[in-house]
Amino acid sequence: MNRLYTIVRAYPTLLRIGLAEAIAYRAEFIVWMLTTTLPLIMLVVFAAAAREAPIGRFGQADFAAYYLATLIVRQMTGAWVVWELTMEIRQGTLPLKLLRPLHPLIAYSAENLAAIPMRAAIAVPIAVVMLIFTGRAHFTHDPLQLFTFLVALCGAWLLQFAFMSIIGTLGMYIESALAVFDLWMGLFAVLSGYLVPLELFPHWVQKVANVLPFRYMLGFPVELLTGGLTRGGALRQLGLQWAWAGAALLGARALWRAGTRRYEAYGG
Amino acid sequence: MIEVDRLIKQYKVHRREAGLGATLRSLVRRRYETVTAVDDLSFAIGPGERVGFLGPNGAGKTTTLKILSGLLWPTAGAVRVGGHIPQRREVEFLKSITLVMGQKQQLLWDLPPVETFALNRAIYDLPKASFEQTVAELVDLLGLAGLVNRPTRQLSLGERMKCELVAALLHRPRVLFLDEPTIGLDVSMQVTIREFIRTYNERFGATVLLTSHYMDDVVALCPRVIVIDKGRLTYEGDLRELVHRVRPHKQVVIKLARPVAREQLAAIGQVAAHADGQATLQIPQQTLNAAVSRALSELPVVDLSVEDPPIEDVMRELFAHPTQRPPS
Repeated sequence: MNRLYTIVRAYPTLLRIGLAEAIAYRAEFIVWMLTTTLPLIMLVVFAAAAREAPIGRFGQADFAAYYLATLIVRQMTGAWVVWELTMEIRQGTLPLKLLRPLHPLIAYSAENLAAIPMRAAIAVPIAVVMLIFTGRAHFTHDPLQLFTFLVALCGAWLLQFAFMSIIGTLGMYIESALAVFDLWMGLFAVLSGYLVPLELFPHWVQKVANVLPFRYMLGFPVELLTGGLTRGGALRQLGLQWAWAGAALLGARALWRAGTRRYEAYGG
Repeated sequence: MIEVDRLIKQYKVHRREAGLGATLRSLVRRRYETVTAVDDLSFAIGPGERVGFLGPNGAGKTTTLKILSGLLWPTAGAVRVGGHIPQRREVEFLKSITLVMGQKQQLLWDLPPVETFALNRAIYDLPKASFEQTVAELVDLLGLAGLVNRPTRQLSLGERMKCELVAALLHRPRVLFLDEPTIGLDVSMQVTIREFIRTYNERFGATVLLTSHYMDDVVALCPRVIVIDKGRLTYEGDLRELVHRVRPHKQVVIKLARPVAREQLAAIGQVAAHADGQATLQIPQQTLNAAVSRALSELPVVDLSVEDPPIEDVMRELFAHPTQRPPS
């Protein structure tokens, strides 16, 4: 309880300093965010493909709404803890964080979250463009679904962060944690709906995607925003998303605890 | 304050020969070997002591410091620091220690040091008033006024090290593990850091365990040293006593009015150096008085001084000839 109280007291300062760091690295940060252009490429490809006739239920405007929503969700749920963690493990700077009376994953979470205002500066104009060009018809008007979307966005961020932490922590066990992350990103690109809306996959792929965590990191909030889910379905899936997030966070904690026992900092 | 009892730390390391064949073989079959970094090490350090932790590269100093600070788990043996078992990393323990590594830094690179201080204040949950007082005190002691608001990347190495010390000491730790805190610094900066460490130790009664390859650090700061080699304790005790045991000779430096034959000097003592106007003799302690009298009467002495051998030479000799190690 005492620890939780310390975290709650420390967190605003961690966020403030995280934001100051994001601002200090603003040019690099913006360039990095702008590299998330895959949804725009996919938008161009599918908009061209759907010029004559819709693909499934997706016409050109549906694709535009879907991929712009994808871009927003991706921006707002981005994290980089896997790179930071693997780098600190390899360079032997992690010990300095381990010596502090605050779990390093809590500190990383604040750094990653603190960049959200910078990310919003990119995502909000996209949202405005989206509304102007695709019209409101392609987005949900249901206040409950909109609220669910906001909660799902938080869940998606937590899932991203927890799985990145798990893979980053693998760096304490193996040298190729980033290769594992590449593999993970390959699965994510397909099974989250990042490349192609999951609705366009065969039914069995959709079934598989529904039970894996990838969809809840991206496709689920995108479908909520674009009105692709019923109220009941949305709430059920929200429960599943948060269950995944809880499990992933517990997994990250357990893996971390075991990892620090065997972590033998490089050098020295 | 620090108790180490029969500590052993072993690492499993991947072993591979050079060359393409070895690379391909390592894909199928990886060979590991066990390296013993710390081998049955025992020592104790009392509250407020300043102890030098010496040994050649790879002797196991940093590994021991990492075990003492809770970063590594011992393979065997027991360690206690301030009554805590470091590996449990309890909050109270973490708040009572600090580890400063001269080659690694915690300062946020693109932000001024004051931001790192603020971050540590939040992490260590320090009350604002005492935090501000500590910062003011440490900044004053280290002469950092005006520098802590500049981005870290714009500070010199020495300035960064000073700020690093402030960041590491804000929570007023009772135990300081200092791993090469003066590495790469110029002589005057080394002196400043040394004086600061001594002042901190005296003012707060903190226990200091220091590793350094600069013997001046050790001589200036540590009345007592612990020497390890290949993970084993080779000496524990007074630094001057160690010097005396390894080099039971004094150095007699003589300035001469005119050149003297080497044989004439050798008759008085072992000649360590000999040039036209100067000679250095090594004389056993027991015969020092007689040798000095003889030199003054037989040689054209302009000036004569008796010195302890340089501590660097003592250490070099100690590490280079392990068979000559003094008994602990």
